[in-house]
Amino acid sequence: MFRTALRNVLAHKARLLMTVLAVMLGVAFVSGTLVFADTLSNAFRNQSAKSYDDVAVSVSSYADPDNPEEVPGLTGKDLDRMSAVDGVAGVYGRVEGFAGVADPDGKLIGVGWSNKGSNFAPGKDGKDPAYTFTDGSGPVRDDQIALDKDSAAKGEYRVGDRVRVATNGPVKEYTLSGVFTTEDGAVNAGGSLVLFDTAVAQKQYLKPGYFESATVTAAPGANDTAILDAVKPLLPGTAEAQTGQALADEQAEQIEQGMGNLKQVLLGFAGIALFVGIFLISNTFTMLVAQRTKEIALMRAVGASRRQITRSVLAEAALVGLVASAVGFVLGIGLAVGLRSGMAAFDMKMPDGPLVLSATPVIAAFAVGVLITTFAAWLPGRRAAKIPPVAAMNSVHAVATTKSLVLRNSIGAAVTALGAVGIVAGASTGGDDGRMYIGAGAFLALIGVIILIPLLSRPVIALVRPLLVGPFGVAGKLAGQNAVRNPRRTGATASALAIGLTLVTGLSVLGVTVGTAIDKMTTDNIKADYMVSMANGGGLDRSALSALEKAKGVSAVSPQQDAYFKVDGDDFVSASAVTPGDIEKVLTVDVVSGSAASLAEGRIAVAEKTAKNRGWKTGDRLPVTFGDDKKATLTVGAVYKDSEFLSPVLVDRKVVDRHETKPSIMQIFVKIDGGQSAANEKVLVDALGDNPAITVMDKQDIRNEFGGAINTLLNVMYGLLAMALIIAVLGVVNTLAMSVFERQQEIGMLRAIGLDRRRVKRMVRLEAVVISVFGAVVGIGLGAFLGWAIGETFADQIPGYALVLPWDRIGIFLVLAGLVGVLAAMWPARNAARLNMLNAIKAE
Amino acid sequence: MTTAPLTDRATTAAARATDLSKIYGQGETQVVALDRVSVDFRQAEFTAIMGPSGSGKSTLMHCVAGLDSFSSGSVRIGDTELGSLKDKQLTKLRRDKIGFIFQAFNLLPTLTALENITLPMDIAGRKPDKQWLDSVIRMVGLADRLGHRPSQLSGGQQQRVAVARALASRPEIIFGDEPTGNLDSRSGAEVLGFLRNSVRELGQTVVMVTHDPVAAAYADRVIFLADGRIVDEMHGPTADSVLDRMKAFDAKGRTS
Repeated sequence: MFRTALRNVLAHKARLLMTVLAVMLGVAFVSGTLVFADTLSNAFRNQSAKSYDDVAVSVSSYADPDNPEEVPGLTGKDLDRMSAVDGVAGVYGRVEGFAGVADPDGKLIGVGWSNKGSNFAPGKDGKDPAYTFTDGSGPVRDDQIALDKDSAAKGEYRVGDRVRVATNGPVKEYTLSGVFTTEDGAVNAGGSLVLFDTAVAQKQYLKPGYFESATVTAAPGANDTAILDAVKPLLPGTAEAQTGQALADEQAEQIEQGMGNLKQVLLGFAGIALFVGIFLISNTFTMLVAQRTKEIALMRAVGASRRQITRSVLAEAALVGLVASAVGFVLGIGLAVGLRSGMAAFDMKMPDGPLVLSATPVIAAFAVGVLITTFAAWLPGRRAAKIPPVAAMNSVHAVATTKSLVLRNSIGAAVTALGAVGIVAGASTGGDDGRMYIGAGAFLALIGVIILIPLLSRPVIALVRPLLVGPFGVAGKLAGQNAVRNPRRTGATASALAIGLTLVTGLSVLGVTVGTAIDKMTTDNIKADYMVSMANGGGLDRSALSALEKAKGVSAVSPQQDAYFKVDGDDFVSASAVTPGDIEKVLTVDVVSGSAASLAEGRIAVAEKTAKNRGWKTGDRLPVTFGDDKKATLTVGAVYKDSEFLSPVLVDRKVVDRHETKPSIMQIFVKIDGGQSAANEKVLVDALGDNPAITVMDKQDIRNEFGGAINTLLNVMYGLLAMALIIAVLGVVNTLAMSVFERQQEIGMLRAIGLDRRRVKRMVRLEAVVISVFGAVVGIGLGAFLGWAIGETFADQIPGYALVLPWDRIGIFLVLAGLVGVLAAMWPARNAARLNMLNAIKAE
Repeated sequence: MTTAPLTDRATTAAARATDLSKIYGQGETQVVALDRVSVDFRQAEFTAIMGPSGSGKSTLMHCVAGLDSFSSGSVRIGDTELGSLKDKQLTKLRRDKIGFIFQAFNLLPTLTALENITLPMDIAGRKPDKQWLDSVIRMVGLADRLGHRPSQLSGGQQQRVAVARALASRPEIIFGDEPTGNLDSRSGAEVLGFLRNSVRELGQTVVMVTHDPVAAAYADRVIFLADGRIVDEMHGPTADSVLDRMKAFDAKGRTS
């Protein structure tokens, strides 16, 4: 039986081509993901191991520097005590924080959150083991800094150049004393690192004389654990110590987890692609079995059992799967390599490392490829087994009985209905529970629709027939009829496309809806012309606020400054300190009762929901405790409608400023005469001292800041779903190639009675377009429904939520589906047009 | 063209092959399918081409009908020389001037009987001549079957649809390739009757390849082919006379 299978595979090489391609792509996706993840986590692990190579013990202080009752960190004396421990070669105290470096044009080098500053901690030999200087030396004066090599290169800085650096305060200019390389993970991931003289760094990031952490290096031959044991008792109560090895392991585990998530997402999409492939494979084997009806019946007649027939079909499938997996695996390795260089091209720096090929991807590739193919061929295999021996005697092909379609349609209708109920129920339930219902419902609905698609194909395609006949005449008419000739096959082909488009449309509806809501929210709530914030997402210095207040033409400035106080002595409220009088000019404050002007009298304003929950109303007097433990009584002066841009409690910043040593100002909103303009933006940037660490955003920037991530996410999703769509396209090619092959005689006759080649091509092409667009319409419909349902579950969490159907995108999807049809039909249409008429007519 | 008196037309050729040769392969493996065949198919005449298998009768028909290319010589349909035509022009010629009836019926299963009949006109983008169409349909007796699909028709009915399809567009010439080959004798007789009537009553020109002497007896003229050459011609054939002539071939085949 195996030999028969092998012969069959070899005999139908061309017809199995698309199947092999589909399985191959799916397998390549799976193995590529696995190899890529393995390689990357190995590289990260090596990297983190390397960065802790020299570290015997690492000490970290968890003290709160703002708490006056705690020692804010490690002192020089602590370090000295550790140095005296047996086996310790050196102790290096560290402080770190944010530091943004300006390039010569004043722009920030690197991405905001990945820009770090730290101290240069020379040992007795004048060297800091964490940094290797390629040029110059470490900073030793308070006006010197050193820069990591990549950042220096990006800014084209050389030793001796003046470099502008901003930490949380105003920008300062330093002289570059040296350029270094380091094994620091953040730097290797593309971040910038500025080294200051220790005293400067301490003053900036902590308090003079104190360190946040320390690394201890061991003398040759010393035992890390012994040092750890000896160091531990020497530490203040707020510090902890770990060996470098333990720290590296901890980091490796985190990396592993992060990689695991990425791997799962990618494998999820690979799964979708493979699922889509099943339809194509199943179509192919159904056709092969149908074509071989006589042959199979003959084998049954000469004594082959049903089981043997099924097995021979499955063996054939397994063989195809095996070949496709092998090629797919090789392709997957290429994909993994390509992905890595692709990330490098997009400036996503990844640590270098060798390609890691473990057994898992190999096993996974072959298991997935062979299992998917045999699974997809299982139904056709069973159908083959049902061919009666007598079929060998007559020439009629086994025709699908209507009875099986009736059963199929009933099951499909039931499953679809169940899924739809789940989705609607989920939409009305809302929240996480609702989304779970929707998830289950969506799965059922998708399966149901796939089962129903052959039934749907006739009426839906009949509907568009006039559109085909009108402009395309007889070719269009024939194409429309051909498309519904084999409803199962058309259905399976359209399903493959529908799955991809369901996901794409669902995501688009959600993304665009949420994006529009955010857009509206931003426009409705922000009256300011500009928003100023820190590039790293941290707090702005008070000096930035006063600089903006003094800037020319500025008419209103208000910060959103975190304010800490307890009410009734129990818990902190989430409050913002603002500038009374200006806050209403830069943000919408929709007062329900009282007056916003009362903020200026030292009263507080409370958002409606919070007021309701706490039982506060205008005029209430609340006992509060500030961060410095001072007590006072604040009166509720106003209640306003909740807004995404306002904290639940607002207070005059004058009220809280004297209780805060270092206020954290998250944003400053600015209204300026003349509104948004390049000149005004420059006024603000200049007022802030051309600080690379501070971003000045206009309204469009703000919208992008909040909504931009959605677009990026959508594009990533589109990219990941592309594989599923490509396989669906292969499915269309496959179906058409089969149809052309089966209808040779007809096409020959049409050519004989005068249908020219161009119109034969057009006929095939239109059939492809009809099938593709049909699949797209089903997918888009289902996707929009799903998008609506999922949107409903969090509609109440987004103020101003309203469903937006992205008609422009839907239009593009439909046009693309049509193009897919045209493209997919290229090869089959050419074959059809080139058919030898005489052979075709003779063929029986 | 139907307005021309029958007598005039009978003298002119609807199709003419002159020194037509068709050679497959080269050198040692060369096979001569047609060897300098010259023949006229006169208007309003029913011609049958006969000959043993491998005699080149189908090849002759395919070449004259513009379905196949030829090696040398010339073929004319009406005034058109086929040798110089590109595929596109040949297709148009077949569409506008030639009708076909195949052995395997070759109807489109997705179309109704009526749609199948009007298919050549649909392809050409012409409106069928309603009166003519009705008379053709009436002649082949399909008036009550027009909405049926081929799968709902018997073999004889299907071939009658094919005959109607060939006649409906009023081609200059109709070619039939073993049109009764897949039919029982009664259905076959019906189809041949229609073809003969179309020649007698409508002035149609019909050329048919067959190996059945009974079918050939319906023709006005029989051309006999052997080894790619025309070896004989018979006017007003009967089944018996054709059969005798064929037997002579067999005898010659055995003795040579």
